[in-house]
Amino acid sequence: MSLNNWQPVIGLEVHVQLATRTKLFSSSPIAFGADPNTQANEIDLGLPGVLPVLNKEAISHALRFGCAINAEISEKVVFARKNYFYPDLPKGYQISQLDDPIVGKGSVEIKLGDKSKIIGVTRAHLEEDAGKSIHDLYSNNSAIDLNRAGTCLLEIVSEPDLSSAEEAVEYLKKIHSIVTFLGISDGNMSQGSMRCDANVSVKRPDDQKLGTRTELKNINSFKFVEKAIIFEIDRQIKELERGEEIIQETRLYDSKKNLTRSMRSKEEANDYRYFPEPDLIPIKISKDQINDVRKNLPELPEIMKERFMNSYELSDDNAELVTINKETASFFEEVLSYEVSPKNAVNWITGDLYALLNKNDTNISESKVNPKHIAEIIQNIEDQKISGPSAKKLLEIVWSEGGEIQELIKKEGLEQISNDDEIEKILDEVISENQKQFEQLKSGKDRLQGFFVGQVMKKTSGSASPQVVNELLKDKLSK
Amino acid sequence: MSELINLSLTDQILGLADKSFSSKEITEAYLNEIKKKESLNCFISVFEEESEEKALMADENIAKNKARPLEGIPIAHKDIFCIKDKKTTCGSKMLSNFISPYSSEVFSKLDTAGAITLGKTNMDEFAMGSSNETSFYGNVLNPINEKLSPGGSSGGSAAAVRANLCSFATATDTGGSIRQPASFCGVTGIKPTYGRVSRWGMIAFASSLDQAGIIAKNAKDAAIALKYMSGFDQKDSTSLNEEVKDLQKEVDTDQEHVIGIPKEVIEKIKNDQVRDSFRNAISILEKDGAKIQEINLPNIEYSLPAYYVIAPAECSANLARYDGIRFGHRSESVSSLEDLYVNSRTEGFGREVKNRIFIGTFCLSAGYYDAFYNKALKIRNLIKSDFDEAFKKVSSIAMPTCSNSSFELGSINDPVEMYEQDIYTIPANLAGLPALSIPSGTVDEMPIGLQLIGNYLEEGRILNLANKFQKLTNFHEFK
Repeated sequence: MSLNNWQPVIGLEVHVQLATRTKLFSSSPIAFGADPNTQANEIDLGLPGVLPVLNKEAISHALRFGCAINAEISEKVVFARKNYFYPDLPKGYQISQLDDPIVGKGSVEIKLGDKSKIIGVTRAHLEEDAGKSIHDLYSNNSAIDLNRAGTCLLEIVSEPDLSSAEEAVEYLKKIHSIVTFLGISDGNMSQGSMRCDANVSVKRPDDQKLGTRTELKNINSFKFVEKAIIFEIDRQIKELERGEEIIQETRLYDSKKNLTRSMRSKEEANDYRYFPEPDLIPIKISKDQINDVRKNLPELPEIMKERFMNSYELSDDNAELVTINKETASFFEEVLSYEVSPKNAVNWITGDLYALLNKNDTNISESKVNPKHIAEIIQNIEDQKISGPSAKKLLEIVWSEGGEIQELIKKEGLEQISNDDEIEKILDEVISENQKQFEQLKSGKDRLQGFFVGQVMKKTSGSASPQVVNELLKDKLSK
Repeated sequence: MSELINLSLTDQILGLADKSFSSKEITEAYLNEIKKKESLNCFISVFEEESEEKALMADENIAKNKARPLEGIPIAHKDIFCIKDKKTTCGSKMLSNFISPYSSEVFSKLDTAGAITLGKTNMDEFAMGSSNETSFYGNVLNPINEKLSPGGSSGGSAAAVRANLCSFATATDTGGSIRQPASFCGVTGIKPTYGRVSRWGMIAFASSLDQAGIIAKNAKDAAIALKYMSGFDQKDSTSLNEEVKDLQKEVDTDQEHVIGIPKEVIEKIKNDQVRDSFRNAISILEKDGAKIQEINLPNIEYSLPAYYVIAPAECSANLARYDGIRFGHRSESVSSLEDLYVNSRTEGFGREVKNRIFIGTFCLSAGYYDAFYNKALKIRNLIKSDFDEAFKKVSSIAMPTCSNSSFELGSINDPVEMYEQDIYTIPANLAGLPALSIPSGTVDEMPIGLQLIGNYLEEGRILNLANKFQKLTNFHEFK
C-alpha cells in the first residue's frame, strides 16, 4: 500500500455543547456531573402536553460563532423535527435544523508547519442533545440519564477540504480555539462538550469524483480523531487495492483496539422524516442584531497572536503557544502587567508552569500558581536574585503550599550568592578537589567547564549565580 | 336543587353573587346529576370530594366579598388537559396510568378564576375521531337520543353540557372536535383563533391545528368562559401576545354584521334538510338587519385532503414519545428494545390512532414529503389567502357545522366516511381562524349547528352574532 497513489478526502461534523445557563428549549440548568435525572424538567422528559421555548442565549452564541468565521447568517431561523426512536431521546424526535441553518457558509484558516490552508465551513446549526443510556450500571437493565437531554449543541459541518488526519486535527483545534475564545463553550472534550464525526473517503489524485465515504461516529479527543482517521484511510486504501468496494456506512471508532467497525450501512440508515417544528415559530435575525454581535466580538486567536507578535516582539511560535486558548492568553498578559520580559513569560508559562499543570492533570484556569507568582519569579531571576534551579523549586513550593514569593525566597534560603569572594572560595575548593579535570580543561577540553559550574552549584544548593561562576572560572583559566 | 343545574353560567354567577344559592348547593346538584347519568359515560374521572371542599372554600370567598370571576362555578375539563396529580388519559390505554406532575395553562387559568373542576370528560383517543367511539373508555351516549353519537372528539364535554352535568366544559378542536359535537348535542361550542389559548399542558395531536375552546349552553356563557381561558403564555411559543378583549361585554354590544356565504360550499350541500335549515338561519339574521353577501372560497374543497396529510404528519411525531420508556403503558412481553417499542405501542394505541400514525409517517417519508406534506402546506396557504380575501368584504362567514345531524353509534365503519364529518369545520383550523357552532334547527329530529367563522382574534364579533341569533331563536334552549 502506498499513500502516494491515494488522496484522502475528509470532512468533519463537530458538535459543540454551548455554554448556556439553561437548556435549548427548557429552563433546566446545565451542570456536568450532577446526580442522574436531577437536571431534567417536564419538557426534557417529553411529558404529554409540554412545549419548547427557544433559549435566546443559544441564538446569540451561534451568531457569535457565525460572525467569527465570517459566515453568512440566515435572516430566518427555522427548527425542524428529526424523527427517530431511541430510549434516551425522550420525545421520539430531536429538535434540530434542516433548511435555513442559523450559520451558513464561512471558513477558517489552519496552520500546517509554515503553510496555511483555508477550510470551508458548510453550515452550523442549533440542535438539542439527547440524554445518555448507561448499560453497565445494572446487570439486566439499561439506565437512562436525561440530564444532558435538551442541552444546546452547535453542529459545525465542514466542507470536504481536509486531506489528512493531521489537517483534521488542526481544523478541530482551530474550532476548539474559536469557541473557547468566544466563550460560547468550555470546549471540554473529556466531558463531551466537543464531539466529532468524520466523513472519510479516498480517491486517486487525478479522479474528479470523490470516493465512497464512510462516517466515523462520536470521536471525543484530538488524539482519537487522528488515530481513527489514519486507521480508516489505511483500511479504505487496502480494501480498494484488494479490488474491493467501499461500502457507504457508519463506522464506530474503538479507541481500545484502535480500529473502526461497521455500525450500520446506508440501506439500514434512518429516514429521519424531517419537517418544520410546529411548536416553534421561525425566528427573524435582523441586520442590526448581526452588526451588534460583530461589534462585540472578542479578540480572536489569530488577531491576538498578531498583536502579541507586534507589541511584545514574540516569535511566531511563541505567540502561537500563548494564544493556544483564552485562559493561557489572559494569564500571559496578566504576567506582563508586572513588567517582565515577554519572552521569559512565554518560557515560564509554556515550559515549567505547563509541566506542573500536566503533572497535576489540570489546566491553567485551575492553576494554583497565579500570574503574580510567575511575574515575581521572573523578576527575581532577571535581577539575579535567584538562580534558575531555585526558581523551579520555588514554583513547586508555591504550587503545593502557596505563599508570597519574597517571603518564600527568604524562608527557603533561596537567595542567590552573587558575592564574588564567597563563590571564588567555593570554586577554589572544587578546583583543588578536581585537579586532574582542571588540567584537562586548561588544555582545551571545553566541555568540562559545565562540570565545574555544576559542582559549584551543587555545593551552594543552586544558589550561586551561574554567570558569576563562569566568569570566575574564565579568569582562573587565563591565569 | 335540580333547577340550579339548568341555569346559564350568567345566571349562576348572579345567583352566587347575591347568595340566592351557594356553590356547595350547585356543586352537589351537579355531582348528583353526574351519578344519575353515569350511563352516558361522559366522564373518565370525577373529583367528588375535592369539588365539595372547593365549593365550601368558594362560598367562604363569596361571603368575604373576595369572589373571583368564576368563583364556585362547577365545570368539566376534557381529559386532554393535564392537571397536576390527576390521571390524564387523553382517552387512551396508553395513558391510562399517567398521573400528570404538572398542570395545563387552561386548567390553571380557570382554576385561578375560581372555577371548580368536577371531573374530566371522555373523548376520542388522542382527539382522533368524530363519534367518540375511539375512546379506550367506551363511547359517550348522546343525551338527546342515547342510540346516537355525541360527536367527537370532545363528545364527553358536549354531552356533559347538554345533560346538565357541568356549567360549561373545556374542549379542543383540531379539525372540528368542538364544533361537530356541539352541533350533534345542540349546544354552543367555540374554537378561538389559533394561539389565543395556551396549548401548554394540552396533549398534542396536531400542534399547528390544535386549539382549546369552550362548550357551553349558549354564546354568552361561552364568551364569559373563553375570556378567562384566553391570553398570552410565554410557555407556548405559538401563543399570541395580544390583548384579551372583554368578550363578556362584546357579546352584548350592538354590532353591524356582514355575513359571507361561500357559494361553492352551499351549492354542494347534499342533504336538503341541512341546506334548508342553513338558509332559514341566515334569513333570520338577515331579517334582523345583518347584510348577507356571497363570497368565494375557491380552494376550500381541498381542505379535507390537506388536513389529512398535515394532521397525521404532526401526530406521527407528537405520539412518538409514547414509547413505554418513561411513562404510559409498557408491554409486559418484552425481550428486546424493539419489542418494548413495538409491543407497548401496539397494545397502548387503538386502531384509529395507529391509522393516523401510519398515514403521517408515510407522508413524511423520503421521496413522499414533497408530493404530500409540502403540497398540503401550499394548499393550506391558499386557503388562508382565500379567507383573507373574503374578510376584506365581510365580518363573518357562515356555513353549516356539519353535513348531517348525529348518526347512530356504530353506523360509520369506513374511516374516510368518518373523516368527511369534518368537511365544513377543517378550513377554520387550517387558516387558524376563530369559529363557533350554535344550534340552528333540526334534521331528522336531531339538532344541527350553524357555523360562524370570524377573522383573526375576532371571537367577540362571531359571539356577538351568535348571541343575536340566540336572542331571536330558541334552538339552543333545553332542560
